[in-house]
Amino acid sequence: MSAAGILDGCAAEIARDPAPVAAPARPILRERGQREVFCGLTGIIWLHRKMQDAFFLVVGSRTCAHLLQSAAGVMIFAEPRFATAIMEERDLAGMVDAQDELDRVVNRLLERRPDIRTLFLVGSCPSEVIKLDLAKAAQRLGAVHMPRVRILNYSGSGIETTFTQGEDACLSSLVPVMPALPADAPRELLIVGSLPDIVEDQFLRLFAEMGIDKVGCLPARNARDLPSVGANTRYLLAQPFLGETAMALEGRGAQRIEALFPFGVDGTSDWLRAAGEAFGIDPALTEQVIAPGRARAARALANLRPQLTGKRITFLPDSQLEVPLARFLQDELGMELVEVGTPYLHRAHLARELDRFGPNVRLSEGQHLDRQLDRVRADRPDITVCGLGLANPLEGEGLTTKWAIELVFSPIHGFDQAADLAELFARPLRRRDMLEI
Amino acid sequence: MQLAVWTYEGPPHVGAMRVATAMEKLHYVLHAPQGDTYADLLFTMIERRGKRPPVTYTTFEARDLGKDTAQIFQDAAREAVARFKPQAIIVGASCTAELIQDDPAGLSEAMGLPCPVIPLELPSYQRKENWGAAETFYQIVRNLADKSLVREPREGRAARANILGPTALGFRHRDDLVEIRKILALLGVEVNLVAPLGATPEDITRIGSADFNIVLYPEIADEAARWLEKTFDQPAVRTIPIGVGATRSFIADVAELAGADPTPALGDTSSRMPWWSRSVDSTYLTSKRVFIFGDATHAVAAARIAREELGFEVCGLGCYSREFAREVRAEAARCGVEPLITDDHLAVEDAIAAAAPELVLGTQMERHIAKRLGIPCAVISAPVHVQDFPARHSPQMGFEGANVIFDTWVHPLVMGLEEHLLTMFREDFEFSDEAGASHHAAHSPRKSSVHTEVEAPVADIAVTEAPDFGATGWTAEAERELKKIPFFVRGKARRNTEAFAAADGRAEIDLETLYDAKAHYAR
Repeated sequence: MSAAGILDGCAAEIARDPAPVAAPARPILRERGQREVFCGLTGIIWLHRKMQDAFFLVVGSRTCAHLLQSAAGVMIFAEPRFATAIMEERDLAGMVDAQDELDRVVNRLLERRPDIRTLFLVGSCPSEVIKLDLAKAAQRLGAVHMPRVRILNYSGSGIETTFTQGEDACLSSLVPVMPALPADAPRELLIVGSLPDIVEDQFLRLFAEMGIDKVGCLPARNARDLPSVGANTRYLLAQPFLGETAMALEGRGAQRIEALFPFGVDGTSDWLRAAGEAFGIDPALTEQVIAPGRARAARALANLRPQLTGKRITFLPDSQLEVPLARFLQDELGMELVEVGTPYLHRAHLARELDRFGPNVRLSEGQHLDRQLDRVRADRPDITVCGLGLANPLEGEGLTTKWAIELVFSPIHGFDQAADLAELFARPLRRRDMLEI
Repeated sequence: MQLAVWTYEGPPHVGAMRVATAMEKLHYVLHAPQGDTYADLLFTMIERRGKRPPVTYTTFEARDLGKDTAQIFQDAAREAVARFKPQAIIVGASCTAELIQDDPAGLSEAMGLPCPVIPLELPSYQRKENWGAAETFYQIVRNLADKSLVREPREGRAARANILGPTALGFRHRDDLVEIRKILALLGVEVNLVAPLGATPEDITRIGSADFNIVLYPEIADEAARWLEKTFDQPAVRTIPIGVGATRSFIADVAELAGADPTPALGDTSSRMPWWSRSVDSTYLTSKRVFIFGDATHAVAAARIAREELGFEVCGLGCYSREFAREVRAEAARCGVEPLITDDHLAVEDAIAAAAPELVLGTQMERHIAKRLGIPCAVISAPVHVQDFPARHSPQMGFEGANVIFDTWVHPLVMGLEEHLLTMFREDFEFSDEAGASHHAAHSPRKSSVHTEVEAPVADIAVTEAPDFGATGWTAEAERELKKIPFFVRGKARRNTEAFAAADGRAEIDLETLYDAKAHYAR
């Protein structure tokens, strides 16, 4: 083996080091004020689709119910697997015991829906403020309904969680009930974060080809089929907003595999290679397995690059996906990052992503909406990624936008979705150029 | 606690937002946690507004509780007033802030803000969206109206009216307003003020100079109109001009209060609905069974039009607004049906399935229910979705509104001439009735999973081999006969026949049963 080869290998090892020694701290603009973001309850919209045997019962107000139906857009299901137990005056005035009322509602629900195997009691702003103990309720009701129905609880309240943090809270409530992986079991891989089934299947196929066949997913499609976790679990985060879940998993002995998030060619390659390394897979095999996907994604992105290169983009805080998506748009499509706003910045999980940002990227955490909109108006980026409440008003001011929520609901991870992801940003720009009215 | 999957109305502060968003130069400071901002998207996405609703959300978090949420409110209010320079602000709490009892009214009073502050008490755990809108509008009017205003004598000037009720996110409010203005112009009545839509707080101060009020949407404007009646001695026109007959009554009522001649408005030549309804193609509409659900005002108006102007049979009528249930009960009595007063859409779904109507008139939710049941549907009331904020002029009120209603309700049905042709050609081997009606595929009855319609076989013989033959109890011969019935009534014929067979204790459905059932259900 040549010296150069060894050096190359060493360099790669160093690059994987989670804590770069002398990286200067990047300035972060932290703001506080009005936030134009959804609360954590919104995660129910995709979580209930992912976990097909689970039901989400929000214990909250009419506002919570209204939020869910508004965020879900049109209600097309006969009876979706979520509902709200709306607290009323008599629940608050102590005329009835809220816990008794909850028992009544849950018993009725479970009677009517025998297909439910896991029930999440989801806390909301009002239930948190009146300190309605849903953990106690879950325990009490669980004692009655197990083993048919497992009852868990988490909070998706807006006073504690922002949008995708609802998924984090939900998944961390599942961690304690995951079966234990025996200490002497061979090493297992766990993919953490809900992915569309089609994307999950793509990743599972790639891991199988690499020779990693013990792969679990959290959440599992069937909430009662939870994967095991233990000291021999190595987990890969598929989503950047899972800080609590990661801590809970580490509490059960699992270790995180440090990687970029699987967006675009670079992100997906890095994510898969990191898993390969952690499982001692021959790097040559890994490269061989990922080569076709890389090539396909590169080809597809080449068509879109001319439309996006040099275009300036601002992200308003929304889903915490902002940082890895911005990295993808900058590195693989040549976009210029003006401001990358995120509701919450998980420094450890995003360290490698942030390292890739150019020096002039304005990074902001939290939100003061009016000030941030002032910056958008001053910057006049070519495209602004924002929530549904802001998109039309900004378009009305002549600024092209991309609704952030689509990034959460569309399959965007992995090689074969890289171009779809880029297209989400290219389409509004193309449309702006097409229209002559 | 009430278990809800879908709600017809949002919380009361959303009603307040509808009023604030409709007005100009008014700002709403809402004490609320993050997440409550979702309500903005109702206006910007569903109604496609190009401006943010004029609402500042204080966005308090768990860690602020018990410490400085009051300070957060005051900072937000001060900043909002400085930035947006409103002529007045309304202040209040959403459901969560109501629980922490920061008293936005007292807090903002203590701040000495440079504009009038109107405090709102909207009990989130008792009341809902429409009530919130009505209360907000009432408070705005009560707080801002110049009570010292003396009306000029009526002699020598045109009569003046206020048009009250249109808001943001209202079902066709924008277009109804155009029609009402048209009628008032024909009657020579001046519009003193339209509110809330397009009014500024300063405009509201001169609400007392009108001679009378027109209450277009009682769910929103009735409360304010009653106060105006008392305070300024302004009578109110409460006839809702939806439908030809109601429009005529409305014109007569306005003309009487204005001392005007109703003839020019009554003679509007663009009123085509009466002839469209009389023309022979509409004969097929006779006694079509229609199920109606919505807010009280629109549901009652729809029932009247259905009965009197289209010759339908109302087989179900209800509303989700308890506050206005009385009107619905009275109309239900005239229709000879049990009124359905509920905000539980599952109860509505059950009632629709049981009534087996040929047309459903309802809200966005009934649209989905009807789609699932394979029944044609038209939307008549809020809550509605993005497709019910059309680009074109599409009112419900006035003679043009009646024209629009005729088209909208009849469109999802199979037209008379088409029904005739379908019957003529259904034996033709080239005619595939699986294709459905020639228009509006989205509304045409589809094979829904609700019924066990056998998937389109190539030849009739395939039907006899269908796997579920034994389960349904249909003989091959009866099944073949059923296929000869036009597709748009076939599902109903199947259901009726099966219900008849079950009630009559017949295990097998043969030709005899099919025709016995037909005779049984004949009308």
